Amino acid sequence: MRRTIGEIAKFVTSKNAGPFLLTLDVVFPDEATYRRFKALGALDRATVARLYGIKEDDVLKIIEFDPAYAMKVTLRRPWSSGAVGEHDVYGAQQHVPLMQHTVPWQEA
Amino acid sequence: MPDQMTILAPEGMLGYGIPARSMEEGLKRQPDALAVDAGSTDPGPYYLGAGVPFTNRRAFTRDLATILEPANARRIPVLIGSAGGGGGRPHLEYTLEVYREICRERGYRFRTAVIGAEVDKAWLKRQIARGRVSALDIATELTEAEVDRSARIVAQMGVEPFLRALDLGAEVVIAGRACDAAVMAAPAMRAGFDRALAYHMGKILECGGAAAYPRHGSDSLLGVIERDAFIVEPPNPDKICTVASVAAHSLYERSDPYRLALPGGAVDLTHTRFEQHTPRAVRVGGTRWVPAPAYTLKLEGAARVGFRTLTLAGVRDPLLITQLDAYLDNVRTRVAETYPPDGYRLLFHVYGRDGVMGPLEPVREIRSHEIGLVIEVIADDPDSSAAILALARSAALHVTYPGRKAIAGNLAFPFSPSDLKAGDAYEFNVHHLVTVDDPLELFPIEMVEA
Repeated sequence: MRRTIGEIAKFVTSKNAGPFLLTLDVVFPDEATYRRFKALGALDRATVARLYGIKEDDVLKIIEFDPAYAMKVTLRRPWSSGAVGEHDVYGAQQHVPLMQHTVPWQEA
Repeated sequence: MPDQMTILAPEGMLGYGIPARSMEEGLKRQPDALAVDAGSTDPGPYYLGAGVPFTNRRAFTRDLATILEPANARRIPVLIGSAGGGGGRPHLEYTLEVYREICRERGYRFRTAVIGAEVDKAWLKRQIARGRVSALDIATELTEAEVDRSARIVAQMGVEPFLRALDLGAEVVIAGRACDAAVMAAPAMRAGFDRALAYHMGKILECGGAAAYPRHGSDSLLGVIERDAFIVEPPNPDKICTVASVAAHSLYERSDPYRLALPGGAVDLTHTRFEQHTPRAVRVGGTRWVPAPAYTLKLEGAARVGFRTLTLAGVRDPLLITQLDAYLDNVRTRVAETYPPDGYRLLFHVYGRDGVMGPLEPVREIRSHEIGLVIEVIADDPDSSAAILALARSAALHVTYPGRKAIAGNLAFPFSPSDLKAGDAYEFNVHHLVTVDDPLELFPIEMVEA
């Protein structure tokens, strides 16, 4: 059975981390869910690069943050925030490909 | 050194609104300082480059007056960082103008320190020549030409200029561009509390009530620092801080939740413990300071790229929607026949397809029965921008396409006039670090009467 990350997580967000980076946060509702998700190893640079159609080198960091039961993915922005051709100055609506990504998941 | 110190952050951004109840409850806790962040690069490069604030003046005035009233009545020190948003010279002047207006009307008098944060271009070029400037997040080294191209460059001050201003007897500190955390950390560090804890507490307080649930609306946050920990709590009785809400805030707008880089070092959260202190408050300890080999300041600069004109229109006809790319290419070609395409940028934002995500959008086909179209032109001067946009709009309205039935026009315009002047367009072109010997070097402090 597969579930989307959005169905499993409590929050899935995107936002600028400074004008040149975009950071995606996946926050899980509790420690058990967080640990189960981590154990899947479902979020790696290749997967994120494929979801966003970017080079793996542009997926800069994937960090597990235990205190918040969260995973953080940081991407290089295609251009700096607000530059000519911008679509999302704050970077607040770039989370959907990650939110809709499905992973193997059995209900506990 | 006192056993504890209480800092009240009335809101996460000066001008976004302070709930009266939160301020009232916060003041009952006898705060030792009121500290507020007023800046961000989030709204984009325009505000820094053009030297204008991104908050509304009426809202900004109301919030500042709400903070100055108890500051005056109870003589509580006030610290404001990144004044006016961008934290450059015009942003400081704007903040001072509003500040003086409030003080004059209400008869307030404060010993006031004003701290500049704008970087002199000649000085910065000398630092480039000395190899003291390095790139941050981006691969591009800073060049003298980029410095010249910038409309304005600011540096984010650390805690030191605030400490000096307080030492000079300031009751109100109005600072240009500053590290958010430094504004709240300064009074605690001056009283002798741990640097890492003070900065970490400052980093949570700088967003105001954002670290409390439910997370809606602009709100306040209290921080109480002790020798080996600090406690955060929302004064708003309808909100609570939980371990989850405070820990999750460490993720916000940062690329690495374990490490917060600051001038002279970094706050390291590897061994940080978050504990539920009371049902509404969270206690944080174990955060460490990791000194850096050099004292570096973050530089931010924005350059003007041209003048932006745009028009908004809708497309409903399925015959056109199915061949939208060819149609837009045709419009571009028609415009290029009159205006050779090397002197301007013509952009189409297609809402209903990839208007939100652009090249990051995985869905390439159009699934909507209608399309929102923004046609944008950036050219050197306002007249050229308007002329090119006018031609693009008229071509978009009238060009034909195979199988066209609606020969009267291709677009639905919601507004008259259809063409809007958006003003000067900027881009961030400086995002670098500069090494300095003296943390105060770039930040002149002036004591003024208000």
